[in-house]
Amino acid sequence: MALARIELPHDARRGELVEVRIVIQHPMETGFRRAPQGERVPRNAIHSLVCRYRGAEVFRATLSTGIAANPFLRFFLRATQSGDLDFWWLDDDEVQGAAQTHLVVSP
Amino acid sequence: MKKYLVLAALIACTAQAQNHSGLEFASEEIRRLQASDAENPGMLWVDQGAKLFAQKCASCHVSMKGVATRYPAVEDGRIVTLEAKVRHKEAFAYESDELLALTAYIANQSRGMPIKVSPPAEKLDAGRKAYYQRRGQMNLACAHCHEQNWGKRLGAETLSQGQPNGYPAYRLEWQKMGSIERRIRACMFGLHAELPAYGSDAMLELELFLAARASGLPIETPAVRR
Repeated sequence: MALARIELPHDARRGELVEVRIVIQHPMETGFRRAPQGERVPRNAIHSLVCRYRGAEVFRATLSTGIAANPFLRFFLRATQSGDLDFWWLDDDEVQGAAQTHLVVSP
Repeated sequence: MKKYLVLAALIACTAQAQNHSGLEFASEEIRRLQASDAENPGMLWVDQGAKLFAQKCASCHVSMKGVATRYPAVEDGRIVTLEAKVRHKEAFAYESDELLALTAYIANQSRGMPIKVSPPAEKLDAGRKAYYQRRGQMNLACAHCHEQNWGKRLGAETLSQGQPNGYPAYRLEWQKMGSIERRIRACMFGLHAELPAYGSDAMLELELFLAARASGLPIETPAVRR
């Protein structure tokens, strides 16, 4: 149920800086909380996230439990050619998530 | 600073007893979060709701625009909330991601449209009675905070009018989406009062009264609240 929303400008010019925004649905459990019956809720946070643009890594983030649930990340990349942006992330439960979008670049 | 000016302006017009969305009591940051669909985390549930709707509801229903403005409604003498309506085919658990996603998706289609609830008098009176009923160890009624003292501070919080127009909403305290019923239970918890069960008559009557009281306020789902 990896759910994410990626927001890009509709199109970009070559060489332009493009704002990339992503929100990922994830509880980002700290491991410090207790469930109503008193049992510890195990830590489960996304710890690595990678973004590839046309196959090449352009952004990497190391996250931890200090980040709120449903993390929101924003970064900029320089548009070169039209191509796919591939996000991939991994949490403490070894569950992988992925999301993809397409960036349209006009010359 | 700006926030206090806005509040001062709000308080200045209390005499007219106008309705004010919880949005007006929120900080700049929260308002910005709600305003941008790219950043509003509640949109994750709206997206999930769109997928579920396509799978489970779309064979009968098409557009749900305007539907959420009419709920809770009274049908055959019973109060029916949007949640109850969604559950008519498949009984999703209250506060499950599925139910929140579907209700958020449906309510989101009415975003910006005014709440228009006109229940029969006897149902409304039951809710009104609950609203003015003192309860819990704090011995307070809803009206004490949300009618007589909104705009003032309660500790670090600014008391809002307790309007339901943003729900289901993303609350930072919950770190997820939640229904108006969960929010009402949170208030009752603060009063050290008995928590009305999800979907119970006591809850439904109060929800109906809140919606009737909020008539005219635009739906904001998915709102972001503290």
